Amino acid sequence: MATLTLGQGVSRQYDYWWTVYKRTWKGSVISSFVSPIFYVLAMGVLLGGFIDGDPAQLEGATSYLAFVVPGLVAAHAMQTAVSETTYPVMSMIKWQKVYDSMIATPLRIRDIVAGHLLFVLFRLLTTCGVFMIVLTPFGVFLTWWGALLAFGSQILVGMAFAALVYGWSARLRSESGFGVLFRLGVFPMFLFSGAFFPITNLGEAGAWAARLTPLWHGVNLSRMFSVGAVDWSLALVNAAVLVALLVAGWTWSVSGLTARLVK
Amino acid sequence: MISAVGLRKSFGDFEAVKGIDVDVRRGEAFGFLGPNGAGKSSTMRMIAAVSPIGGGELRILGMDPAVDGPAIRGRLGVCPQEDTLDNELNVFDNLYIYGRYFGIDKATVRARAEELLEFVSLTEKARAKVEDLSGGMKRRLTIARSLVNSPDLLLLDEPTTGLDPQARHVLWDQLFRLKQAGVTLVITTHYMDEAEQLCDRLVVMDKGLIVAEGSPRELIDAHATREVAELRFGVGQEEQSLEVLVDKLGDLGDRVEVLPDRLLVYSHDGEEVIAQVHERGFRPAAVLVRRSTLEDVFLRLTGRTLVD
Repeated sequence: MATLTLGQGVSRQYDYWWTVYKRTWKGSVISSFVSPIFYVLAMGVLLGGFIDGDPAQLEGATSYLAFVVPGLVAAHAMQTAVSETTYPVMSMIKWQKVYDSMIATPLRIRDIVAGHLLFVLFRLLTTCGVFMIVLTPFGVFLTWWGALLAFGSQILVGMAFAALVYGWSARLRSESGFGVLFRLGVFPMFLFSGAFFPITNLGEAGAWAARLTPLWHGVNLSRMFSVGAVDWSLALVNAAVLVALLVAGWTWSVSGLTARLVK
Repeated sequence: MISAVGLRKSFGDFEAVKGIDVDVRRGEAFGFLGPNGAGKSSTMRMIAAVSPIGGGELRILGMDPAVDGPAIRGRLGVCPQEDTLDNELNVFDNLYIYGRYFGIDKATVRARAEELLEFVSLTEKARAKVEDLSGGMKRRLTIARSLVNSPDLLLLDEPTTGLDPQARHVLWDQLFRLKQAGVTLVITTHYMDEAEQLCDRLVVMDKGLIVAEGSPRELIDAHATREVAELRFGVGQEEQSLEVLVDKLGDLGDRVEVLPDRLLVYSHDGEEVIAQVHERGFRPAAVLVRRSTLEDVFLRLTGRTLVD
């Protein structure tokens, strides 16, 4: 009998995830599409109206809106990825036990993890994609290829978070850990990783602390491409860090789910 | 279909399965009997190619689960002890989506799902949500789901635990039809009547070991007498305690067991025992003569102490 390839293993879960999406997309419309637009209006347009569009101050952006948008979308990618890999993972392990039924079939742990992460990829492509399309008329993207690369950066940072958080959720016994993750991890990163202001405003030490967060690499990459001020060697570092985190997160997720389900 | 030699499984310091030999042949219904914690479910999870073996040898459908897990699982049907149905999907989708995991094409799995819903009498519930089903319906759906890939070997871990008598009999009937259709069944249970109804051959497990093996009839013959006379004495009816009565009646059967409220006398002829009791001047409040069952075998082999 031919061995199952990862592609086959994943494609066999397509119907499951499509059914999940059909059932849940309505509930995710507000958080995925509407709230980010509110952020853009409140922070970018209304608050940003008080801020001088000085490219020297704003990492090359000619307006605060153009500065904040690529950061916001990257931060939104992180939040989407985290929300899809925290409670849903615990539910599938512990509450609904969907994974228990999956491992009784030919599917292997890595097929299951890959299927779940591909669903997160789909969620990122749709939410960030819609976000970017809606923002295009605001004239915040300098070039079309820059906007596309910015979009790719947002997806990459989202997937790095998805893989890392998945591995953590797979090991977590109680959902109370998620509160800690949100309050001490996601929320401070959202505010202080350069999405809303240049990290140099944090002072030398603060800026270096921000550079250590995965989100900053995504925000920086997304912004450089978006405003058309690309430092290619820095871009390479940002991308390499995110790819490394994604690969490490994948291994950590597969080992975590294996330890949890294969006893 | 299954061949295990010296099969073991440990969880930390706890040895759940301590070296068992099992051989299940094509077309038979094979049972694992035992109290809670006997190692039945651990054994089943190893056979299901979900849990790696802790020691010994295991071949399932001629393959090694450590190497050919996906291929083995593709030919197994698994009905787990706890329902793992997806409560958020409807009844039909539970079958359809599960069938897709096996790589069965959409049209085939749709037809198969319809067929199975018919088989477990859930056709009218096809669009119902799983959480609205009764316990018996959920079990039937789980069984239907385990059949979606037309398995060669069906593993049922305590299939009727928690069901009411009607639902149990409906399930037994369906399992019997599967057996008639040539599906090899492996069942764990702690219900003796279930084992007697369904199993051609069974093993009794206790504390991780096999303590007896054979057909239900063979086990009864080997470990119990043909009949059991149950003598019930009302409270305060006789001056002597039951222990004292054992001294006076103990010679009547092959074995006498004292329970808090009654004596069980194991004998080839229960009526004769009752006659003798009366002849010796004792007047039990109630007497019952019954055929001995697997339950007697089971309690004899695994003891009456409660296992949590």
